[in-house]
This record gives sequence, C-alpha cells and structure tokens, in this order.
Amino acid sequence: MLIKLANGTLYDPANGIDGEVRDLYIRDGRIAEPAGDEKVDQEYDLTGKVVMAGAIDLHTHIGGGKVTIARTLLPEDHRGDPMPRSELRRSSCGHVAPGTYYTGYRYAEMGYTAGFEPAVLPANARAAHMEMADIPMIDKGGYAMLGSDDFLLRMMAAGDDQEAINDYVAWTLQATQCIGIKVVNPGGISAFKFNQRSLDLDEEGPHYGQTPREILRRLARAVHELGVTHPLHVHGCNLGVPGNVDTTLRTIAGMEGLPVHLTHIQFHSYGTEGDYGFSSGAAQIAEAVNANPNVSVDVGQILFGQTVTASGDTMQQFANHSHANPSKWVCMDIECDAGCGVVPFRYKDQSFVNALQWAIGLEIFLLVDDPWRVFLTTDHPNGAPFMTYPHLIRLLMDRSFRNDLLATIHPQAQAMTTLASIDREYSLYEIAIMTRAGPARTLGLADYGHLGPGARADITVYTDQPDREAMFERPDYVFKSGELVVRNGEVVKVVWGTTHVTRPEYDRAIEKRLARYFDQYLTMRLDNFTMSDEEITEDGRGSITVHPTQGGSRQ
Amino acid sequence: MATHNEPRVIEGVPSPFCGIAADDLVVRVDGDRVEVIENGCPVTRPAFEQPLGDRRPRVAGKEVTLDEAAAEAARLLAGARLPLYGGLATDVNGMRAALSLADRTGGVVDSLDSEAALRNIQTVQNSGWMTTTLSEVKNRADLLVVVGCDLEQYFPRFFSRHLWTDDAMFIDDPEQREVVFLGRAPTGEAAVTPGGRPPLLLQCKDEDLPEVVSVLRALVNGRRVQARRVGGIPLEDLTDLAGRLKQARYGVVTWVAGALQFPGAELTVEMLCETIKELNATTRCAGLPLGGRNGGQTATQVCTWQTGYPTRVSFASGTPQYDPHLYCTGRLLASGEADCLVWVSAYDTAAVPPPCEVPTIVLGRSGMTFDREPDVYIPVGVPGIDHAGHTYRTDNVVAIRLRKLRDSGLPSTAEALSAIEHALQESSC
Repeated sequence: MLIKLANGTLYDPANGIDGEVRDLYIRDGRIAEPAGDEKVDQEYDLTGKVVMAGAIDLHTHIGGGKVTIARTLLPEDHRGDPMPRSELRRSSCGHVAPGTYYTGYRYAEMGYTAGFEPAVLPANARAAHMEMADIPMIDKGGYAMLGSDDFLLRMMAAGDDQEAINDYVAWTLQATQCIGIKVVNPGGISAFKFNQRSLDLDEEGPHYGQTPREILRRLARAVHELGVTHPLHVHGCNLGVPGNVDTTLRTIAGMEGLPVHLTHIQFHSYGTEGDYGFSSGAAQIAEAVNANPNVSVDVGQILFGQTVTASGDTMQQFANHSHANPSKWVCMDIECDAGCGVVPFRYKDQSFVNALQWAIGLEIFLLVDDPWRVFLTTDHPNGAPFMTYPHLIRLLMDRSFRNDLLATIHPQAQAMTTLASIDREYSLYEIAIMTRAGPARTLGLADYGHLGPGARADITVYTDQPDREAMFERPDYVFKSGELVVRNGEVVKVVWGTTHVTRPEYDRAIEKRLARYFDQYLTMRLDNFTMSDEEITEDGRGSITVHPTQGGSRQ
Repeated sequence: MATHNEPRVIEGVPSPFCGIAADDLVVRVDGDRVEVIENGCPVTRPAFEQPLGDRRPRVAGKEVTLDEAAAEAARLLAGARLPLYGGLATDVNGMRAALSLADRTGGVVDSLDSEAALRNIQTVQNSGWMTTTLSEVKNRADLLVVVGCDLEQYFPRFFSRHLWTDDAMFIDDPEQREVVFLGRAPTGEAAVTPGGRPPLLLQCKDEDLPEVVSVLRALVNGRRVQARRVGGIPLEDLTDLAGRLKQARYGVVTWVAGALQFPGAELTVEMLCETIKELNATTRCAGLPLGGRNGGQTATQVCTWQTGYPTRVSFASGTPQYDPHLYCTGRLLASGEADCLVWVSAYDTAAVPPPCEVPTIVLGRSGMTFDREPDVYIPVGVPGIDHAGHTYRTDNVVAIRLRKLRDSGLPSTAEALSAIEHALQESSC
C-alpha cells in the first residue's frame, strides 16, 4: 500500500529541508521513494499544510513509581480533567499526573510520537516499563538512574578501574531495558540517607568519600566509552538553590570535553543578586553552552499554574517540602539504589521567584544559539504538564505574545530579566530541530525525527496559523508508522508504540560480582531482578527496538 | 496434564502471597504437585502446596467450556446496571483485564483489602509520608519500631531476611539493631536478636493506639505532656522511645494497615507518618507500610496508573470517579446498587465472594468451594504457579516477575476476563 502526502510544506532539518513544498510517500510504515509506475492507493492533499516528523519528548516523567505516587497524591487534581470513554478510547484522567491512557492519547493529539522517561530507578525498572506499556499511541524509552547507588559508590571507593564501571553501566542498560543513563544529584541521594542535607560538586560524600564531580566524570566516561549515543543525562547538584549557576558552570568545566546532557537546566541557572537574593544566571549558562559543543541541554521551562514535582532528588525535594501546594508530599529512600520525592507546586506569576524562573527558562531558550543542543521540555510535570507545549512554542516563536505576558508578571521579576530585550523568535525549522531532529539525533534514533526515505513514517501535519499555540495544539493529521492515528486533533486509531533500548557489549564477569552483591545485601536475586524481553513483548502489543552503539572505544 | 514430566527442583522462586515477596524459595514440582522444600514459611508453604481442584468452569453448577462460561458471564454483565468487580486478587495482567471490562461495562472496581489499603492511601492523600523499602531496612535500620501488630504472624520471614542478616552495608553487627513493639506484643521469637536479646515492649490495647501515638508525636516535638501514663504505658517509656527515635541514625517505623482494626486507625497512620516527617528535621527516619498479600498492592498500582485513582473507582458515568466511601463492596451490595458481582480471587481459595443475592461470576483459584454456587464459576490459575505474571511488593517500588511452575492448563485471570469481554463485544455486534 502506497500513501501519498501531496504538496505539503516540509520542515525536515535532519535533511536540510526548510519549508520546501514536496510530496512524501509512505509504504510499509516507512517513508518511501515510489517506483516510477507504482500506483498510489491513498492520497492526502496537504497544500498549505506544514509537515514535520512526529515530535519526540526526550525528558518526560510518564512512567514509574514517582509518577504513580504523584497520581495517588492528587485525586482532587484528576477530578478537574476527566477523560471519558469513547468507542475508541479508554477512560482516564488528566492534568498534572495523568493516567497512562490520557498520556498517550494527548501526546499523540499534539503530534508527539515518542516520549522518554528520564528517571528509571533500576529497582523500579520493571514497574516503569509496565506503566509505559499501558501508554498507547507513542514510542517509549527510559534512562536508567545511577550515581547514588551503593554498588557504584562501593566500586569507586574500592578504586575499581573504568573498565569495570563500564561493564556495570552496560549491564544496567541491559537489565533495565533502557536507552540512556541518568544521574540525579550525583551522590546526593545517597548522602541524604546518611542524613546529609547538601552536597556540593567538590564535596566528599559520606561513607564513600566520593565527590559528585568524580561520579559525573566516571559515568560520563562510561557512557561515552560504551558508545551509547545519548550522553550522560545529568540532573546536577543543588537543584533550585540560589547561586547554583556557579555549580552548573563548574560542572560543565569539569566534564573536560566529555559529552554530557544537562537536563532541566532552568532549575540550575540561579544567581544570588538583587533584593531577593535570587537572580538569573541564564546568560552565563547560555554562554557556557554556546562555548562547549560537548554540552546539550533541555530547559525544564516552568509555566504558571498547578503542577507536581516528581524527582529522584530526595535531598532537594525534602529541602523544598515546605513549599508543597497543596500541603502534602512524599519522600522515599529506595533499595540502595536511589530515592524519590514528590512535592506538588503551584507556580504563580505574582510570585517574584516563580516569575523569574519563568523568565530564566525563556532566556536560556533564546540565548542558546544552536537549536540542535537545546530541547523543548517542561520536565513534565515538574515545570508544567506536557499539555502546555503548544503555549511554550508560541512563547518562543512570537515575541509580542511573549512580551505581553512578560508585562503581567511580578514587576520586580520583570526588572531582573533581560527577556524584553531579546528579539529572537524561533522559526518553524528551529522548532522542528528542537522537538524532532535534535532529540532523535542525541538519542541515536537513526530512523526517527526526519522525513528522508527509509525513516519510520511518524509524521505530523499542521495548518500554518499565525497563532502558533492553536497550530501546535491541534494537528490536522498524525501518522504513526504510516497509519493515520489522529485527525483534526483527535485520536482516530489506537496503536501501541515500541520501546527503544540500547545494549552495549560488556564483560559478563560483572554479573558474578553483582550476583554476590545482590545475595549479600539486597532483597532480591539478580536473576529475578533482570528484565527479560518477553516481559515487554509477551502481550502481543509491546515491542523492543534495539539501537546500535557507536562502536565505542572498548577493544 | 503434564504428569509425564519428571519431577523438577526450581530455585529462586518468588512468592506472590505476601508483600515482602521473598524470591529465594526452592520448590519441587512433580506434575501438578508443588512443594516448597527450602525457605518456605507458614504463609508460603500452604499457598504453594494446595492441591489443584476443579479445572472445568461451571454455569449454574453444571460443567461447561470456558467459552460457554464466558458467554453466560457476558450475558449477565450485559443485563446489569452496575456491575461490581470485587476481590481483584490477581496479577498485573489480570488487573489490566478487570479494568478494561469494568470500563466497558460501566462498573465499579474495589479490591479485596481496600479497607486496609485506604488507611495508607488516605494518609498519602491527606498529608503524604516519608517511607523506605526493604533493602534500605536491611542495610541501614538501627531502630525498628513495630506499631500495632504481631509482625511475624503476617510476615514470618521479615526479621530473618531484613534484620538478623550476616551482611549489611552500614550495620556492622545485627546486635546493634533495636526492635521496639508499640501496642501488641509479638507471639513468637522472630524479633529476638541472634544473640538472644528480646525486643522492647511498650504494650497497650489497640484502641489506645491513637492516643499513645499522639503523645509520642508530642514528645518527639519536645512538647510537655502532663499525663503520667498513656494507654497504660508509663510516660517515661514513651519519652524514652521518642529519644531513641531521635537518636537513631536510620529509624524505621513499620505497621500493617490490615492489622489496625480500631476506630481512628487511619488517623493513627497519619499521626505516625507526620511524626516520621518531623523526626527528619534532625535525623533520618522512615515509614515502612507493610501489606500487599495476594496482589493487594498490584490491584491499587495498576488502577492508579490507568485511572489516577487507587481503588473504589466507578466507571458508571463514562469517566473514572473515585470515592472511598461510596464505591465500597459491602455498601454497594447491601444497598442493592450493585446488581451483578464479578469476584476475582486467584491466590486464595478462602477469599470467597461476600454473601449476596445478585448474579455472581467468580474467577477463583481452583479448589474454591461455595456456600451458594455462583451463577458462573471459572477456576483460574495462580499467578506464579500456573502462569507467569507480575506482582508488586509491599513498597510499590519493586515489581516481581512471577514464574510458571507447572502446566495445569488453567486459564489466567486475564485470559478468562478477556474471554468475557470478547463475548460481550460479540454479543453487542
């Protein structure tokens, strides 16, 4: 079956196509080049429409323990956004901690075809995948969280060589069915279990005496040497702490050229100037990102309103619990592995701090030059729920809209931001980079995020409108693997995406050591801990797509 | 069935029957017979070893095929205004299938131990908590306070697996650990240290626990208390306990929500959890809510990730609605609002449906017996014995992969419920 998408205006940055009118063909779920005399079975007239690859969210908390804790915590929030059952769809609930069905349907209705859960605790990996298995429509993937796990800290304290750490990291990817490695407050979650309340980049942590800097370096090196495409995904030290811009700058310098992705960097870009002792470090951060091609970032933009923060960073979540709104929160120490903290938040435009956080995020978006190295996220739901993306896109693409909103926020925050002086407006091409081509490239999804022949036919079609929020809110068509799944912003067919993983090779000897460690110290056996492929595929709905590593430097 | 197979010994078998989900059982499987030969306990042994009973579904007491049973169940559900899906003691896939059917039929879901589970869930929904998991307890806990229950009765291997261990990363010697029982005293010796030191007992009646815990919270916060005794416990003993909690490096407070059966139990859980949070102002302390027998955590987890709500959810309006009081099995049956009961109990033949007059469809562990024959009975396999599956541990963090141990030919809960949903779709076409 050959489908023709005729006359659309394509934005396909991976192939250098910037707003050219072209025909696209789909055959067997992929973008195809038709043979000369091949018959077109179905044709869509896309004259005047904008065509992009399906969007990819590379940092969104959609599955795993902390998400379900957030769901449990906030029944009053679900009540405001019920999703009724239809002929096609299951009922569910939405807003800040949506049910899995809602998550899948709404992402697809906004033109997204993949989402990556950035904080898969190895001990919770099976649970995270089971939740994500119940997210329809989109592809999924996860980043396994290391850096406060006792096994790594013991290895480092014992002076294990990099090779052994690489084996452990590779084993973790395999055992947890993940595509990347995340580190959250390196060493800090462990330190909190020893009753330490802060841990700076060069401070030795309790018991093991390891510094966050060294943990970051070892993990970043492991990811790099194993040839995992996505660099170490870093949630740095001192999240949310005024003055943390210095920590972040030192973190960037400390990587010494190793590839690294700094996530929700907005929360790590705070200075201490001004009457409130809280100021924007966005310009310095953007300058450092611009100057260091090994660094990529996603923003973690905040938007005003109710949300819930869900993080592995127990140290900082506990520190912020007094801001919980509504006043209830959960912190959990988890399995000698990591932890999690869930704290509801209500960001207010008339709060100086919140208003400036909003401006800092936008400053970073607009001051980082290279759209290939900055990704569009709200760190769903930490900065705002993912349903706000069309609004965020408009803020980036429409300067007068942005300035109108800027004029309504806390006046002193207005005075402390350079936002009004920044003229930049993102183009459709740049939006396509930061929401499609860029995420696919950094994750190593070669067949995704672009519209070239052979690419997976995940395609979104919009009506070009001056109101970019309205445009991105409601695509005309979304195709998933070549099937029409959304029409006029509504799901017309329910499909199930794949799970993206990567599997660098490693020396299996590490498993013997791990088995001993599990038997001695943990409460589960290693063979019961490791997730098999069947667990994802046996229901006939799920599938696994293994992405190759970059060869790596291991001989 | 499969009796031609040679007897096999299988190691590292996980148990779905209690919330600590020990996964080191060694079982011998001989045809349909399963025997726990190592690391069993009074909970797991009978649960694994119970012989198979009926294999054929019944309609009105008469043996039928699975398809015939499913068709009759579908007919009953099609005629129901408000079907109630109760029990829900099954694995992840079984719960997924139950929610799918409940959504389609506009029914209510309520799990077996929801009354107990809600004591914890409502604490989270009112004020939140700070908790920990089993491996952290094993490696860090220097003080364990057990509130209101005889722990070993519910979790016979809790102490041996998590406290009296040869190896712990941050506890040099198990003798360094203190165990305190607040409320009920233990009936056995499980809480005695390997060196023979018994636990500290601060005994009171269950119904005095709300007051005792309130005073403990006041003492932790340095408030002056005038009473000399609370619930019969001398104030100095409670002051001493408050001091131990503040001095512990990693104190753990545990309770079994299902064991707290007295007025105000849910508020006692909340009071304990607030006390734990307050202790963390200066030291580390964490709660360890224990529970989750027979898939209890599994039902609430799956329901939460799909609908946003943990249990007692109605799909009658077309969207999930949560009400811990309205959508309770007992109330819906007593009031006559529920007019058809689907009862799922794949682990425990003793967990039979509550007495009721409405048409009843039972998916039960093979061997279940009834005072009143249900309209439809489908014997189903046990997750972790008859088929592979997944279950959740008490901490809601660790999900366990359950194994298939024998070839009984019994359908899984998910297969049986899917057959019913399929029959329902067919009949509506």
